[in-house]
Amino acid sequence: MKRQAILALEDGNTFTGTGFGHGGDAGGEVVFNTSMTGYQEVLTDPSYAGQIVVMTYPLIGNYGTNSEDVESERPHVSAFVVKENSTIYSSWRASESLDHYLERFGIPGIAGIDTRRLVRHIRDAGAQRGFVSSQLISPAEAVAKARAVTPMEGCDLASGVSCRVPYSWPVAEGASPRFKVVAYDYGIKQNILRLLSQHGCDVAIVPAHTTAEDTLAMKPDGVFLSNGPGDPQPLDYAIGNIGKLLGRVPIFGICLGHQLLGLALGGRTFKLKFGHRGGNQPVKNLIQKRVEITAHNHGFAVEPDSLNDREIQITHMNLNDQTLEGFRHRHLPVFSVQYHPEASPGPHDSLYLFDDFVSLMKQHKES
Amino acid sequence: MPRRDDIKKILIIGSGPIIIGQACEFDYSGTQACKALRAEGYKVVLVNSNPATIMTDPEFADRTYIEPLTTESLRLIIERERPDALLPTVGGQTALNLAVELSERGILEEFGVEMIGAKLLAVKVAEDRREFKAAMLEIGLEVPVSGFATTYNEALALLDRVGIPCVIRPSFTLGGTGGGIAFNREEFEEIVNRGLATSPIHEVLIEESILGWKEFELEVMRDLADNVVVICSIENFDPMGVHTGDSITVAPAQTLTDKEYQRMRDAAIQVIRRVGVETGGSNIQFALNPKNGRMVVIEMNPRVSRSSALASKATGFPIAKIAARLAVGYTLDEIPNDITRKTPSCFEPTIDYTVVKIPKWAFEKFPEASTILGTQMKSVGEVMAIGRNFKEALQKGLRSLETGKGLASEKIDPERLVENLIQPTPLRLAYLHYALTQRISLEKLYEWTRIDPWFLQQLKEIVEMGEQLGKDSLTSISDDALRQAKQMGFSDERAAQLFCQNGPCTEEQVREERKRRGIQAIFKRVDTCGAEFESYTPYLYSSYEEEDEAAPTSKKKIMILGSGPNRIGQGIEFDYCCCHAAFALADAGYETLMVNCNPETVSTDYDTSDRLYFEPLTFEDVMNIVEIEKPDGLIVQFGGQTPLKLARQLSHAGVPIIGTSPDSIDLAEDRMRFGRLLAKLNIRQPKNGTATSVEEAKHVARQIGFPVLVRPSYVLGGRAMVIVFDEKSLEHYMESAVEVSHGRPVLIDEFLEDAFEYDVDALADGESVIIGGIMEHIEEAGIHSGDSISVLPPIIIQQKHLDQMRHTTQQLGKALGVVGLMNVQYAVAEDQVYVLEVNPRASRTVPFVSKATGVPLAKIAARLMVGAKLRDFGLTKELAVKHCYIKAPVFPFSKFPGVDTILGPEMKSTGEVMGVAETFGIAFAKSQIAAGTILPRSGVVFLSVNNHDKKHAARIGKDFIGVGFHIVATRGTAEVLKNAGMDVEFVYKVNEGRPNIVDLIKSDRIDMVVNTPLGRESFFDEKAIRRAATQYNIPCITTLSGARAAISAIRELQRENLDVRSLQEYHEASEFRMSKFE
Repeated sequence: MKRQAILALEDGNTFTGTGFGHGGDAGGEVVFNTSMTGYQEVLTDPSYAGQIVVMTYPLIGNYGTNSEDVESERPHVSAFVVKENSTIYSSWRASESLDHYLERFGIPGIAGIDTRRLVRHIRDAGAQRGFVSSQLISPAEAVAKARAVTPMEGCDLASGVSCRVPYSWPVAEGASPRFKVVAYDYGIKQNILRLLSQHGCDVAIVPAHTTAEDTLAMKPDGVFLSNGPGDPQPLDYAIGNIGKLLGRVPIFGICLGHQLLGLALGGRTFKLKFGHRGGNQPVKNLIQKRVEITAHNHGFAVEPDSLNDREIQITHMNLNDQTLEGFRHRHLPVFSVQYHPEASPGPHDSLYLFDDFVSLMKQHKES
Repeated sequence: MPRRDDIKKILIIGSGPIIIGQACEFDYSGTQACKALRAEGYKVVLVNSNPATIMTDPEFADRTYIEPLTTESLRLIIERERPDALLPTVGGQTALNLAVELSERGILEEFGVEMIGAKLLAVKVAEDRREFKAAMLEIGLEVPVSGFATTYNEALALLDRVGIPCVIRPSFTLGGTGGGIAFNREEFEEIVNRGLATSPIHEVLIEESILGWKEFELEVMRDLADNVVVICSIENFDPMGVHTGDSITVAPAQTLTDKEYQRMRDAAIQVIRRVGVETGGSNIQFALNPKNGRMVVIEMNPRVSRSSALASKATGFPIAKIAARLAVGYTLDEIPNDITRKTPSCFEPTIDYTVVKIPKWAFEKFPEASTILGTQMKSVGEVMAIGRNFKEALQKGLRSLETGKGLASEKIDPERLVENLIQPTPLRLAYLHYALTQRISLEKLYEWTRIDPWFLQQLKEIVEMGEQLGKDSLTSISDDALRQAKQMGFSDERAAQLFCQNGPCTEEQVREERKRRGIQAIFKRVDTCGAEFESYTPYLYSSYEEEDEAAPTSKKKIMILGSGPNRIGQGIEFDYCCCHAAFALADAGYETLMVNCNPETVSTDYDTSDRLYFEPLTFEDVMNIVEIEKPDGLIVQFGGQTPLKLARQLSHAGVPIIGTSPDSIDLAEDRMRFGRLLAKLNIRQPKNGTATSVEEAKHVARQIGFPVLVRPSYVLGGRAMVIVFDEKSLEHYMESAVEVSHGRPVLIDEFLEDAFEYDVDALADGESVIIGGIMEHIEEAGIHSGDSISVLPPIIIQQKHLDQMRHTTQQLGKALGVVGLMNVQYAVAEDQVYVLEVNPRASRTVPFVSKATGVPLAKIAARLMVGAKLRDFGLTKELAVKHCYIKAPVFPFSKFPGVDTILGPEMKSTGEVMGVAETFGIAFAKSQIAAGTILPRSGVVFLSVNNHDKKHAARIGKDFIGVGFHIVATRGTAEVLKNAGMDVEFVYKVNEGRPNIVDLIKSDRIDMVVNTPLGRESFFDEKAIRRAATQYNIPCITTLSGARAAISAIRELQRENLDVRSLQEYHEASEFRMSKFE
C-alpha cells in the first residue's frame, strides 16, 4: 500500500519518504510555507505554479478538503511535501481526503521526511530546484532530474496560469454594484474576486496579455493587478500595459501585480533567498503606524531604493527583514502591496486595502 | 512608543499559595514580569504570601512583601511604598480580584496608583458575565443562551429558555468552584444552591449546555498602539463540559480549516478590543458546534493565565515578559524576539511540532471525592510534551505524568466501559485504549465521548502499533517498524513490555538494539518560526528524525533534573530548588542544562538555564540527553522523588551524579541499612520493621505494638501513609498498599502518641554540616509534615532536645557523606528525641528556610556539589533567624464536596503561605489570614474535644474565655468545662437533636470551631461539623496545639494591628550577604 518516494534537490541532497496523492513525479522550485492552517488554499493558489511546496507544520490533511476553500479550480503546486499526511479527516465541511484530492488532480505528494531539516536547508542554502518521484528512481537520477528543471528566473509563468478568455465575477448578493473593475489575471486568487465583489465591484477578469487599450475601452473605474507565480521581469508585455494605464485609471496591485507595478514605475525587482510564504509576517503600515499580521507568498521583491522617492511613497515594510511590502504613488491613484490582504489562507488584518481601493475609485470618479 | 517615564515604582501582586486552578504558572509569569520591569529600570514592589516562589526571592524585586493577600495588607504596603502603578495581570485571579477591590474601595485613587495592563472597566467587562455577554452581542458574536439568578426561584424561571442539561456557574469564583452541569431537576436544585452559597455575590449563571462541542482557546496580546497578535491556538482533546484545566489540550488547533481559524482569530481580536484590555495577554475560549460550525464565545481572562503559560512554553513566545513591557508603554514591534534576535515580537508564532498538555490529578489522596470531570477544575498539576506528531507528544506526555502505569496497564472495569466513556474521569484514555483494542468503532466512541474523530484515530494508530509490536520480538522487528514505533512515541520500556509477549525482553535490550540499528533520538529546537529564521536559544525537544540541532557545546556543564508535574507532596518547592541550582551554577561559570516537563514552572523558562530540554523525566529520555550533551555532572537531589528514583539506574549507566552519592540516597531510604546505621551511631528511632505480606505485617505490628504508622517505601507526600490502630485495618491496608509500593516493602513504624515533630534542613559539604533551620510543627505528631503549620525558630522545645537534634544532624550528615542538602525529621516524645527519617536531598521547606534566614540554601548546595566548601561562603555555624516565621498549608477541600477535611499522615495540602512578625501570635495570625482563615478577634467558639484531649480542655476553655470568647460545647466537653467552673452553652451533636451544632454553624452563630477528632475513623458527626465549617468558611481547628496557637494569635490581634514589612528589611540584620556568593 505504502509506496516509497524521493525528493531530490539540485545541490544533491535527497530525502526519502512515502508517496501519497498522485503516483507520478514532478519538478519545481522547492519552497516552504509556514502556515499552520490553509493547505487547500495553498494548493490551489496559482502563484505556486512551478513550485514544490513544503509545509512546515507537520500534520497536514487533518480536516480534509472541501469544495469551498479553493483559490482556483485546481491545485497548482507541482508537488506537495508534508511530514505526516493524516490517515483520517475530520470536519463537517470536508468532502474528500487530501490524498484523494491530490490524486484526482495528478499532484504527487511525499510524506514522512524530516521536513524541518529540509526547511532549514532551504533557509540556509536558498530556494532551489527539486524533483519528487515515487517511481523508484535512484537518488542520483532524481538529483539529475532536479537539475534539469527549468529555473524560475526569467520564466513567464503567469501566462501559463492566466485565463484564456475574459470572464466576469459579478457583484456579491446584497452589495450594490458601484464600480466596474478590470482585473488582470496573472494567476488570480478567487478570494480577491470574492472580496472585490463584496465591496461592490463588478469584476471583469482579463487574460494577462490584454492590452491597455482593450482595458481602457471597457471604461473601468479601476484596474486590479493580480498575484501570480514566478519572476516579474520577463513579463514585459504586462509591464508595458501597466505603464500605459498609469494615470488613466486607479490601480491596485497585489503580489506579482505589485512587482509589475514597481517595474512599470521604473523600479527593479530581485529574487529573495528563500522568499516569504506563510501567514504570520509582521508588516508595518508606515502611514497608520500599525502592524498588520499578513499572509505572504512571494519569492521576488521590489527594491525600495530603485523607486523614485519624489513620486513613490513607501507605505508598508516587513519588520522581519525590512523588505518593501507596499507603496503608493504620491500623485497618481496607484497603490499596491506585496503581501496578500485577501488572506485565504491567513489573517484578515489588511482587508481595509479593499476599502482603500474602493475609496480611490470613488474619489477618481467624482473628480 | 518608548517606555513610560512618568512611572517609577510598580507594584506587582502574586497569586498566593498553590491551589487547584492557580499553580506555579503565576510564579513563572510574576517572575518574568519582575525581571522585565527591573531590567527597564523600574523599582518593583512585590507582594505574595507564598514563600516557595522564585518571585519572592529578595533579588527579584526591590521590595518583597511576603504578607497576606488581602486589601488590608495591600493598603498598608501601598501606603508605605507609594507605588505609581499596579500591574494586576500576572498574579492570576487572586491578583485581579484584589486590584478590583483596591480600586473599588478607593485605595488606588487615594494613593494615586494607576492600574496598568488592564483598567478596572476592562476587568469588569471581562469578569462580569452579564456585561461580557452584552459586550459580545454588541460586537456581533454569539454566546450560549443564558441568564442570571440570585435565588433558586429565579433560576427555575430561566430553565424554560436554556433547557436541561444546563451549566451552572457561580459568579466570581476561582476555577469554577461550586459550579456544575445539571442533567435533571434534582441536580439543578443542588448545584444552584451550592453555587449561590459559593459565589461571593450570591449569583449564578444558568447557561445553555454546549456539552460535547469542540473547545478552543486563543492566546491574544495587545499593545497601546492597538496592535493585536494571536500567540497560540489551543484545541481541547476533551470536548466542552470538561474544564479546560482538566482537559488534555493540544497546540496548535488540529481540526480547524483556515476559514474557521481566521473567523476565530477575528473574533478574538474583536473581543480583546471591545473588552478593552489595553496591553498584555488575554485568553479567549470558544466552543464550536461540530455539526455546523456555529461558534460561541465562552469566556475571556483579561490577564496572563494557565493557558498563557502553556502557550509561552508551547511556542517559545514569553507572554508574561512581553506583557510586562507592553504595560509600561512599549509596542510589540519595539520588542525583539529573544529566540531569533533579528525579528520583532510583533508577529504570530508558527510551530512545526505538536504540543500536548495532560493534567495530573490527585484523587488517590481524596478517595471519597468524585472522579468525574466537569466544569470545576480538579487537577493539581500538568505536563506538557512536544513531538513531531500528536501520537509522539501524547505518549511522551503520558510517561511524563509518572503515574507508574501505561494506558494498557491501568485498572479498568470492562463492564462499565460505556459509562466511563460517557462520563469522563482521569481514566478516560485507558478506557479508550481498551475500547480500541476491542475494535469498537470510532463512530461509537465519538458518540460516547464527543472527542473529535481525528484524535480518536490517533489513539487507534497507537493501539494498532502496540498490537504490531506485540506480534514481534526485538530480533524479528524490522528497522522501519521499530523506527515508526519510536516516532509514535513508544518508550523503550513499553516496547520491551510488548516484545515480552514473545519472550523476555528488557528496556535496556531495546535501547541497545535500537542504538545498534541507528535508531536514536535527535533534538529539535523550539524557535517560534518554523525554522524560517535561525534560533539562538537552545530550547529543545527530542524526536526520531534525521537532523539533530542540539549542537552541544564543549563548556563545563551541569545537568539538572526537574521535578515533573506538580502533585500533592511535590510541587513548586522543588522547582524553586532546581531554578536556584541553575542560577548558582551559571554564576559559577558552568553551562546549565535543565530537564523538565512541567509547563507551569520557572525552570521551563528558556531564560532560567543555558539550555532547556523539555522532556519526560524517565531513564530513557534523560539518557538520550546525557549521550548527546555528556554533562560533567548531573543533579538529582533538587527535583524531589522524580529524579531521585532515577539515580541508581543513571549511576549504573555511568552518569556522573554529583552531590550525595546514589548509594547514600539508597542507604537513607533502605530500612535495613538505615536501621543499622542509626544503631551504630546510637541514634534513637521509633521501633520499626518492613513487610511484604499481610502475615509479615501483622507480625511486625504485634512486636511494635499498635498504633503503628504504615507506608510504602520511596514515596513523597506521605502517599498512602496511615496510622493503623488494629490488625483488621492493617490487613485492609496491606491489601491496597501493594499497588502504590510497586512491590517494594511496606514500612511499619511505631506511632509516637503525644509527640511533637521537627523538621531540620541542613547543608553539608562532605566535611562539615551546617543547620539551615529547625522547624517545629504546631500540630502533634500524626499529621504529615507538609500539612502541619510549622514555626521557625521553635517555640516550645527544650534546649537539650534542640542540642541533641543539632548533634544528631551533624552525625547523620557526616555518616551519609551528604554533599548538598539534607532534611531530617525528628519527633520528641516523653523527653526523648527520635529520628523519623532522613532525606539526603532538597526538602519542601528549603525555600521557606531560605526566605526566613536570607541565605539561599539551594544555591549554596548546588555550589557545594561542584566542589565549593561551606567556609567559602563564610558559613561556619547554624543560620540565625531573627524573627518568627510561620509556614501554613493550604488545602483543596472546597473543590471536593463531601471529602472530610481531617488531616492525617497522608499529605493533602496543595500549597503554603508564610507569616512573619516579631511575635509568634502575629506571625500565626498572618499565616492564617494568608491561608484564607480569618481568625475572629471575638465571638463564639465551638469546642468539642476527644477523650484523650479532655484533660487539656479546661485550660483551652479558660484561655478562650480569657480572650473574651463565649463557648459552645457538646455534652462531654461542656461537662469538663462546667466542672472547671466555666460558663458554657450546651449544644446537641448532629444525631442528638435539634438545633444541633451544624444548625448553629449554618445560622452564623459560630465564629470558630475547635474539634479534635477521635483518632480512628472519624464519625459522621465530626465530619458534618468540619464540612459545614469549610462551607461557611469558619476557622476549624482540629488539634489542641492548633487551638493554643490560635488563642495566642487572637490575644495579639486584640492588642495590636497587623503591620507589614519587606523581606529586605527583615534580612537587613542578616549576616549573610549575597555578594559573598557572586
